[in-house]
Amino acid sequence: MIMTMAKTPRLHLVDRVNPVSRLAAAMLLTTPLLLTVDWVSAAVALGIQLVLFAIAGVTPKVLVSRGWPILIAAPIAGLSMLLYGQPEGTEYWSFWLARITDGSIELAVAVTVRVLAIGLPAVLLFMNVDPTELADGLAQVAKLPSRFVLGALAGARLVGLFMEDWRAMALSRRARGIGDHGVIRRFATMAFALLVLAIRRGSKLATAMEARGFGSDHPRTWARESRVGWPDAALLCIAAGIAVLAIGCAVWAGTYHAVWA
Amino acid sequence: MEARGWGWRHAGRRRSALDGIDLVISPGERVLLLGPSGSGKSTLLHALAGVHGGAEEGEETGSLLIDGEWPGSVRGRASLVLQDPDSQVILARVGDDVAFGCENLGVPRDEIWRRVRRALDEVGLDLPLDHPTSMLSGGQKQRLALAGALAMGPGLLLLDEPTANLDPAGVDEVRQSVARTLDRTGATFVVVEHRVDVWIDLVTRVVVLGRDGRVIADGEPQHVISTQRDALLAAGVWVPGVRATVPTARPAPAASVVDLEGIDLAIGRRSDVVVRSGLSLALPRAASTVLTGPNGAGKSTLALTMGGLLPPLSGRVRASEGLADGLKADPIRWRSRELLTRIGTVFQEPEHQFVASTVQRELEVAPRALGLDAATTARRTHEVLERLGLDRLAEANPFTLSGGEQRRLTVGCALVAQPRVVVLDEPTFGQDRLTWIELVTLLRALVDDGTTLLSVSHDAAYLDALGDRHLDLGSDALRMEAAA
Repeated sequence: MIMTMAKTPRLHLVDRVNPVSRLAAAMLLTTPLLLTVDWVSAAVALGIQLVLFAIAGVTPKVLVSRGWPILIAAPIAGLSMLLYGQPEGTEYWSFWLARITDGSIELAVAVTVRVLAIGLPAVLLFMNVDPTELADGLAQVAKLPSRFVLGALAGARLVGLFMEDWRAMALSRRARGIGDHGVIRRFATMAFALLVLAIRRGSKLATAMEARGFGSDHPRTWARESRVGWPDAALLCIAAGIAVLAIGCAVWAGTYHAVWA
Repeated sequence: MEARGWGWRHAGRRRSALDGIDLVISPGERVLLLGPSGSGKSTLLHALAGVHGGAEEGEETGSLLIDGEWPGSVRGRASLVLQDPDSQVILARVGDDVAFGCENLGVPRDEIWRRVRRALDEVGLDLPLDHPTSMLSGGQKQRLALAGALAMGPGLLLLDEPTANLDPAGVDEVRQSVARTLDRTGATFVVVEHRVDVWIDLVTRVVVLGRDGRVIADGEPQHVISTQRDALLAAGVWVPGVRATVPTARPAPAASVVDLEGIDLAIGRRSDVVVRSGLSLALPRAASTVLTGPNGAGKSTLALTMGGLLPPLSGRVRASEGLADGLKADPIRWRSRELLTRIGTVFQEPEHQFVASTVQRELEVAPRALGLDAATTARRTHEVLERLGLDRLAEANPFTLSGGEQRRLTVGCALVAQPRVVVLDEPTFGQDRLTWIELVTLLRALVDDGTTLLSVSHDAAYLDALGDRHLDLGSDALRMEAAA
């Protein structure tokens, strides 16, 4: 995790934006795109995004190394639409339930581009967000309750320990003569044991946090200031601009097709 | 701080952990709190720090006050460092972690960072503020926790067995940091520890709790130690200068049969990370081998590999024909149930090993897996409970035991299957002197009765008692062993 964080390229503008604003920008950008299923709006949005991310410093290599889950998911989603999407117009090929038609081809393209247009900005905007900074932002800028945010932040650190726990528990079960059970039974009992251990670790962590004065009624200060400024405003404007432009193009081209219609 | 007839009973336990404690500690005093494991020392510290929870976690009697107030309402005046280094790291970066307590107390930002730097300086953690906390060693994590406590500027510094899980170098780091801090701040100080010699030169007063959770001695350190010597020894305290009377190690006969042998091993917990390679060692039958070495040298990994739990990344672990008893020579290829009577392994972290809801049922796991009848199971579990001093805890939940009790239980869980080879990872962590003696005597007797033992330990006294053979992973001797 730390190793991969260290290799993350620095991005212009985006790096100076508060994680909370990035979250807001991603929502502003992608929510309108979720409301329509045409190819024009998605293609316009994706096109602008790729240009802007390239300007910000995302190289093709970074795009592939960070965005690969999206790059794989998009064509798979498209393929299922191609085969099983609502049949319409000329039919080119069919086999049992699968039919490739004009309509399904259009839908496949629209869905593939859309998954990219929604997924890539989410991944790229968040690729070098530090969890501590995000928590600072959520508490100080978004004004979420600090108990909740800091509890979640400290709890998230335990996830790494749980993986160690799981490995150690598997070995210890073997040592204790109960490692021969079938995979399913072993998984179930270990999952339960991990849950018990997780609660134990959680309560130990809570004790350690309380021992440092966490959870008192005393107003809290913040060692790290979470700030918003003009880069935040700029990113939000860009995100809103892309969304408006993309939807506008779709309406102008007559392809706009609301999901509920 | 002032306690008047104070007591505490954990929810679900019949006996009180502490009962009728009368204790007044004045500002600036440095107190070493001693007592056998399970005497409620930690409970008292937690109560002082105001973190032992509300009515659902236990029942309080009498009164306990800090500066005349209830500890829960003046959090931050006392700060507590706990035993387990891992569970005290709160945030991902060193600086942020130390700052956490100050933030909670509402200290202004500039002042926080001044305090953070000073606290890190005091504990001697010379690291950048953005250094990841996950990369720290156990001793460093404890010093980090100490820095976090110090930065809060507490009037009362509480340490709960802060060195129990550390190697000798880590113990020294922590002790020196505490000494520096106390000299500068003049804070009141209470430390719980089994090993008197670590703190004796630092404290001005010693308080001893008995097995029944009452104060049995209280006064100036040298005076308490000399006048209460026998009471302290009976309470399981490690009194400086008094060696534990246990049988000593005897050299393994040169030509003895080898039970288990590692040949040119490369070891690691994951197949892609080699911790050490080129290791060769042999465990002679009915002899005790102790493995030592600095943190991170791969001692635990080697023990688990020899125990048939981790596959060697290269090379081979080979069991003698007598030990394999009809199975293939490689322990890693035995089934879990087959391993049980051949090699019993006890891990460093007790909580990973518990699978049952009571101590009694925990001990029955192995007999049940072996398909032993009820009478044999009862006899064996009873014997183990008694020998390890756990009989009054048979119905307790393993997770609620003290660290020392948990560790003894895990040893018992392995012994109940009566394996020919026993592998132990730090069996004496957190043991008071009495349970230490019982444990070591028990292990010595096992070895003398023909069990082959491999232990990982930092404990010099353990090495004296059970180091029939001593392998130091810090040196290159292990590579040469095969040749010799």
